[in-house]
Amino acid sequence: MILQGRSIYPGKAHGTTLVCRQMISFFGGIDADTGIIVQKDHDRKGESIAQKILIFPSGSGSTVGSYTLYRLKQNGLAPLAIINRECEPITAVGCIIAEIPCVDQIPIEQIADGVEIDVDGENGIIEIQ
Amino acid sequence: MKQSSLSLSDVEQAMLNGEMGRALQKAMEIIVGLGRIYQANRLIPITSVQVAGVSYDNLGDAGLDFLEALAQDGAKCQVPATLNPAGMDLQDWKKLGIPPEFAAKQLRVIDAYTKLGVTSTCTCTPYLVGNTPKFHEHIAWSESSAVCYANSILGAYTNREGGPSALAAALTGRTAEYGFHLDENRAPTVTVQLDVSLPDGEFRTHLFGVLGKLIGEKITQAGKKEIPLIEGLPHASLEEWKSFSASIATYGGLALFHIAEITPEAKQFPRPKQTITITERELQGALQGLQPALESEIDFMSLGCPHLSLDEIRHIAELVQGKQVTLEFWLTTARETKNLADQLGYSKVIEESGIKFAVDTCCVVAPLKNRFHAMLTDSAKACFYAKSKNNLDAGLYSIEQVIQAATKKRHSAQ
Repeated sequence: MILQGRSIYPGKAHGTTLVCRQMISFFGGIDADTGIIVQKDHDRKGESIAQKILIFPSGSGSTVGSYTLYRLKQNGLAPLAIINRECEPITAVGCIIAEIPCVDQIPIEQIADGVEIDVDGENGIIEIQ
Repeated sequence: MKQSSLSLSDVEQAMLNGEMGRALQKAMEIIVGLGRIYQANRLIPITSVQVAGVSYDNLGDAGLDFLEALAQDGAKCQVPATLNPAGMDLQDWKKLGIPPEFAAKQLRVIDAYTKLGVTSTCTCTPYLVGNTPKFHEHIAWSESSAVCYANSILGAYTNREGGPSALAAALTGRTAEYGFHLDENRAPTVTVQLDVSLPDGEFRTHLFGVLGKLIGEKITQAGKKEIPLIEGLPHASLEEWKSFSASIATYGGLALFHIAEITPEAKQFPRPKQTITITERELQGALQGLQPALESEIDFMSLGCPHLSLDEIRHIAELVQGKQVTLEFWLTTARETKNLADQLGYSKVIEESGIKFAVDTCCVVAPLKNRFHAMLTDSAKACFYAKSKNNLDAGLYSIEQVIQAATKKRHSAQ
C-alpha cells in the first residue's frame, strides 16, 4: 500500500513502525539520553523511539522540544523518520535541525504498529510492504 | 502531493542552497519549512526579534549543543534581536542559590547567543528596554506574553514563534508570510463584554491576570482559536496590560486581542456578533480559585512576571520602606531597569528590606523545582508555571497584599 502525504523534511528511511495514538511533547516527554518515551500517561510510555519510524498525530508542548530531537540525533537515538497526521512547528523544526525525514498529512490509523515501511521524505510517500 | 506555492528571491534561494554558510542554510530551512506548512506565498523582511529558549533549565544540553554548533559557523543576526530571561542572574547567581554547574552551562548558552549577535537583554519585556516595534511592523517574537503585548497593545504583526524559529528569523532577517502577518487573520471573532467593577488604581496586576485567565479559558473552551474584541475594560496602566497579556497567552494560548481604544487596528474590523459576557461573580470566583488554602508553609515570594517596570519598582520601594522580610523574596526585572532603579535610590530601599533583585531571570525559568513549597505572587502566569513546572503551590494576591504578608511574617516570627 502506498500513502501520499506532504514533505516536511527530505531523506529516505526504511524501518519498523512505532505507532502512538497520543501526541508527543518532546520537551519532557522523551528522554534525550535514552530515546525512551517518559511522557506521563502516554500510550507508548517506556518504549524507545530510537531507530524506529515514529508515527504520532501531532507534536505538543514547549518549542524547546525541537532541540530534544537534535540531541537524540547527536546521541544516535533519533527515530529514522517521523510521520504525522498534522505536523506543527516543534516537530517540523526538530526534524529540520536534526535532519530526520518527515512526512505529514498521512492517515496514520492506516499504518500498523511493528511493521516495516519505507519513507520517502522528499516526495512525501509512505510505502507499506 | 499538495504543492506549496512559496516563492523565494535569489538571495533567499542562495541561503537555502547553503551558499551563505551552514547556519544560514539551517535557518532558512526552518523559515521555508514553516512557510510550506502554513501555505505562505512568500517570505517578508522583519525588523525585530525576541528569542525564547534561554534558560538552561529548559534548553538542557540539547539546546546548548545546537546553539554552540550554530555559533561556530560565524552566522550573525541580520536584525535587532533580544533574549528572553535566563535561568539565573548572570552576575549575582550565587546569591540566588544557583548551583555552580548550572551557572557554567547557563553562561555558555549566553556566550553562544552573543556570538550569534543576539543582545543578552534577558528579559520577557523587550518593549520596556528598547526593542519596541510600532504599529504594522512585521516582527518575529517568541515569548508568549510579549507576543500578545506586541500584537495587541503595540499593533505590531507577529506569529507566536518558538525559540528556534525566532532565532532563524533573526539570522535570515525574514519570516514566512502567514498567520498574524496577514490582515485577514487578525479580525476579532468573538465579542467579550466585561460586566465587572474593578477598584481604582494602576497596580491591579493580579486582577488583570485573573481577567486574562478568565477570558482566555472561556473563549477557547470548545477548542477553537478565537480572537476576542474586549469591551468594558477600564482605563489600565502599562503594567496591567503586561499582566493581562501574559495571562491570556498562558491560559488561552492567545496571541492577539482587540480593545477598541487601545489596539491600534481595532476599529478597522467589524464587531463580532457572537458575544459572551464575563460577570463580577465569575471574576471573584476565578480570583478565589487562584487563592487556594495553601497546604504548605509559604516560603517564597516573587514579583515580576512579566518583568517589573521601573514604576512597579518605585511602587514596591514605597511599600517596603522601613520594613523587613525574612523569607526568600525575589523581584525579577531586566538589568537595564534595575540600573535605573539603582540610580533613583529604589534598589537601596528594597535591598535593605531583605528583598533580593533577581535580574535577568524569573520564577518561571529559574531552576526552582522542589526548592520551595509555596509562593505568593501578583502574576496569574507565574501561578500556572509554579504548579506545572516547579511543583510549587501558589497564591495570587495584589502587590500590596504580597508585601504585607511578607512583612507580617517577620512580626509573627518575633
